[in-house]
Amino acid sequence: MNWLDIGALSDIPQRGARLVKTMHGCVAVFRTGDDEVFAIDDRCPHKGGPLSEGIVHGHAVTCPLHNMVISLESGLAQGADQGAVATYPARVEDGRILLDAKRLIRGAAA
Amino acid sequence: MKQKLVIIGAGMASGRVIEHLLAGDPDGWDITLFNAEPRGNYNRIMLSPVLSGEKTYQDIVIHDDAFYTGHNITCRFGEPVVRIDRKNKVVYSNAGGAPYDKLLIATGSAPFIIPVAGKDLPGVVTYRDLDDTNAMMAAAEKPGGRAVVIGGGLLGLEAAAGLKARGMEVTVIHLMGHLMERQLDPAAGYLLQKDLEARGIAVHCKGATKAILGKDHVEAVLLEDGTVYPADMVCMAVGIRPETRLATDAALDVARGVNVTDQMVTSDPDILAVGECVEHDSQLFGLVAPLYDQARVVAATLLGQDAAFAPVQTATKLKVTGVDLFSAGDFADGAGREDIVYRDPARGVYKRLVIEKDRLVGAVMYGDTADGPWFFGLIKDGADIAPMRDTLIFGPAYQGGAQADPLAAVAALPPDAEICGCNGICKGAITAAIDAGASTLADIRATTKASASCGTCTGLVEQVLASTLGDAFQMPAAQPICGCTDLTHEDVRRLIKARGLKSMPAVMQELGWKTPCGCHVCRPALNFYLLADWPQDYTDDPQSRFVNERNHANIQKDGTYSVVPRMWGGMTNPRELRAIADAAEKYAIPAVKVTGGQRIDLLGVQKEHLPHIWADLNAAGLVSGHAYSKGLRTVKTCVGTDFCRFGTQDSTGLGIKLEKRLWGSWTPHKVKLAVSGCPRNCAESTCKDVGIICVDSGFEIGVGGAAGMDLKETERLAKVETEAEAIDLTVAFVQLYREHAKYLDRPYKWLAKVGLDWVQAQIVDNPANRAALIKRFDLSQSIYQRDPWADRATPQAQADFAPLADLTKEAAE
Ligand SMILES: Cc1cc2nc3c(=O)[nH]c(=O)nc-3n(C[C@H](O)[C@H](O)[C@H](O)COP(=O)(O)OP(=O)(O)OC[C@H]3O[C@@H](n4cnc5c(N)ncnc54)[C@H](O)[C@@H]3O)c2cc1C
Ligand code: SF4
Ligand code: FES
Repeated sequence: MNWLDIGALSDIPQRGARLVKTMHGCVAVFRTGDDEVFAIDDRCPHKGGPLSEGIVHGHAVTCPLHNMVISLESGLAQGADQGAVATYPARVEDGRILLDAKRLIRGAAA
Repeated sequence: MKQKLVIIGAGMASGRVIEHLLAGDPDGWDITLFNAEPRGNYNRIMLSPVLSGEKTYQDIVIHDDAFYTGHNITCRFGEPVVRIDRKNKVVYSNAGGAPYDKLLIATGSAPFIIPVAGKDLPGVVTYRDLDDTNAMMAAAEKPGGRAVVIGGGLLGLEAAAGLKARGMEVTVIHLMGHLMERQLDPAAGYLLQKDLEARGIAVHCKGATKAILGKDHVEAVLLEDGTVYPADMVCMAVGIRPETRLATDAALDVARGVNVTDQMVTSDPDILAVGECVEHDSQLFGLVAPLYDQARVVAATLLGQDAAFAPVQTATKLKVTGVDLFSAGDFADGAGREDIVYRDPARGVYKRLVIEKDRLVGAVMYGDTADGPWFFGLIKDGADIAPMRDTLIFGPAYQGGAQADPLAAVAALPPDAEICGCNGICKGAITAAIDAGASTLADIRATTKASASCGTCTGLVEQVLASTLGDAFQMPAAQPICGCTDLTHEDVRRLIKARGLKSMPAVMQELGWKTPCGCHVCRPALNFYLLADWPQDYTDDPQSRFVNERNHANIQKDGTYSVVPRMWGGMTNPRELRAIADAAEKYAIPAVKVTGGQRIDLLGVQKEHLPHIWADLNAAGLVSGHAYSKGLRTVKTCVGTDFCRFGTQDSTGLGIKLEKRLWGSWTPHKVKLAVSGCPRNCAESTCKDVGIICVDSGFEIGVGGAAGMDLKETERLAKVETEAEAIDLTVAFVQLYREHAKYLDRPYKWLAKVGLDWVQAQIVDNPANRAALIKRFDLSQSIYQRDPWADRATPQAQADFAPLADLTKEAAE
């Protein structure tokens, strides 16, 4: 892995998200209430809603367009819904957010 | 000729007699109703939720003034009867007499006062009626107050929980070895004590009160063992005795209670008695279920029909939110009795069944009481349980190999299983009502009275509806907010106010949220309730808002946003229009549209451009139109007297004043206003949340209109003469809606629930309340009336709206 510093943990509000633009579209980087970070594609499997704008609860986010709930850990739709988004390795070190640059640059397909 | 019926005591028992009597013979009786309390019949058993703040007195009234006047009942409330003259058949209060053909004594019971020194000190209260409840609520106002409750039975514990909920420090002193010893065995009593202690209520069992100490007011309680508990208030809840003084003075047969026959007649054939004041077959009564049976018999006897009272077993529940206990039958140890016990310490569950000769004779359950009614049915029927003995403790869902799904337990109940203990309604009566067309909880309450008293069986009744009607039944209004809680919106709003919960963690902790930080359904609602109720203490949480309110713009289906500047009362000018045109060009806005709210919508803006376009529009004097918010949207106006030949008032001017006053306020759902200059109604006032129509003599204010999925015309709130009054009423209405409505209920939906009459009583007929509402609204506005665009014109905000990092320049390997 090739960890890339993309910003400070404090740049994202608790239970919020910010975007990282890549060649393959936007990746949403979430900070949960317990200060963990998760990176997933910013495209809802339903109709492409911007997941980064959803309400974050536990380790899940609710899509702002039609309320599909997506697990930040697995990228899978929860409950009765079907669908999945790509997830990317992410971690916090000394208050900085690190993402796996290789995966990000290669995109979800890899 | 009508017969004269005089009733002494307007309590729960006599109230039920009146209902049966009116149903049986609406015109046969001329009824005079005396009551010592200065009010009519209310649901006494619901005083505990009033004390804890979960309900108000209004919620628990059973018979209101309209009921009494509608049935021509002469009410003499606040007039205790002091004497019965049996010879001349007249009863007397201090205000005068009333002759009777038939007399009904329904005086209930009086709290028992232990004869210790200090029992008469101010600050010592009992727990029987609304005045007692109000006295306790007043005592709890004092911050950090300490209460001692003497008596750890049903009443004492409900009082303790209520006082605790109101913020008092509470100690319960109980004479016996464990709480509620008449209903619980020691194991269940222990779990109950543990639960109460976990809520911060101190419990002292085996404590005998020696004296109540204090000079001019209670200061402490002294126990026989020397313990002293400081106290600002003492609630004595050690038991009740039947109120028989009048009957004794009138030389009727009285033992512990007024003796009655199976027909509920006393030793005088023209005098009947009902309720807690009676003794039947050496038995006294302290729960409403048997009293309601008595009431049926009293009415039948008065109507000359045959009926006989036969007491049935009763079951007990404690009405303390979050404490689940159930007890029925006899559970003393004894020769020939066997127990089946089930415990789940981790969940705090305890169940015990007592069996004698293959019959179930007693059941005590704590922590999980769902199967209570089924066991109670087995006890009442004396059913042979031998065939299912091995799995009996697991409840009905396990009998006959049925799967344990939530509805199965209810579906498996036999028709004669009791569902509503208060009213003695069995499942069969409810399914019969459903067969006859009832399809909602309200229908069932109206036709069978099930769930209409203490309400603890509401869930069961709904499950009967669900299991009988299948998919045709939608779980109605009493739905929890979401999966994170079992409480409804209404419960949560009440508890936030009553318990002074001022932050999201406080709500979630105190009300037992099941998830760590809620979900997308409850968090926006809680955020609104908290900011509406505690504007000065609570800080708005953007992360608990939907995207539109967090980003102050409406998200579109492609992830872009729309931007709508405010145009006060729909007025604009060339400078504003030029700024809008410039912005549309500068940011290459794909679509510009005139909205139905008389303003201009710029559609298709990229998120990162938002703070920039706002800054540009701000510079021209434009502010956010809040077109995205659950808050004030627009005030649509017509040109009124300024230009129109029909105009009667300055409708545009009034619209602008209203918009300037109300903008920026958050509300349960969006709020749209309109002001039309005359009844031609060009601003479409009659379908707005608040719509004003100007006439020559003043302003007609309508509320609760809708023109969305539902179409509804406004209802007339009031007509006023001056513009100032029109503004006052509008502001007060919006604040009342902010304080009471469920999140995401538009005003018309809320109005349908509370009724226009109630709203009028609050703000039109009650100037003091109106002024207080306006004051609270203005206080909130002093904090929340801020232009979000101006707030976000900073470089920091601009950075927050942009991506955190841009990796599009990094080359792929
Ligand atoms: C806080 C509380 C919680 C309770 N919880 C439950 C529960 O969960 N379940 C349950 O089944 N039961 C419960 N009960 C008991 C239930 O409320 C009573 O059994 C029931 O109200 C008795 O009805 P009643 O008509 O006999 O008497 P009441 O309802 O007490 O009515 C008697 C009325 O007569 C009036 N009166 C007395 N003397 C005179 C006079 N001389 N002249 C004129 N009027 C007079 C009194 O002022 C009173 O209004 C509870 C009681 C209390 C106080
Ligand atoms: S509502 Fe009356 S005053 Fe207003 S524009 Fe229409 S006709 Fe004129
Ligand atoms: S686009 Fe996410 S739920 Fe529809």
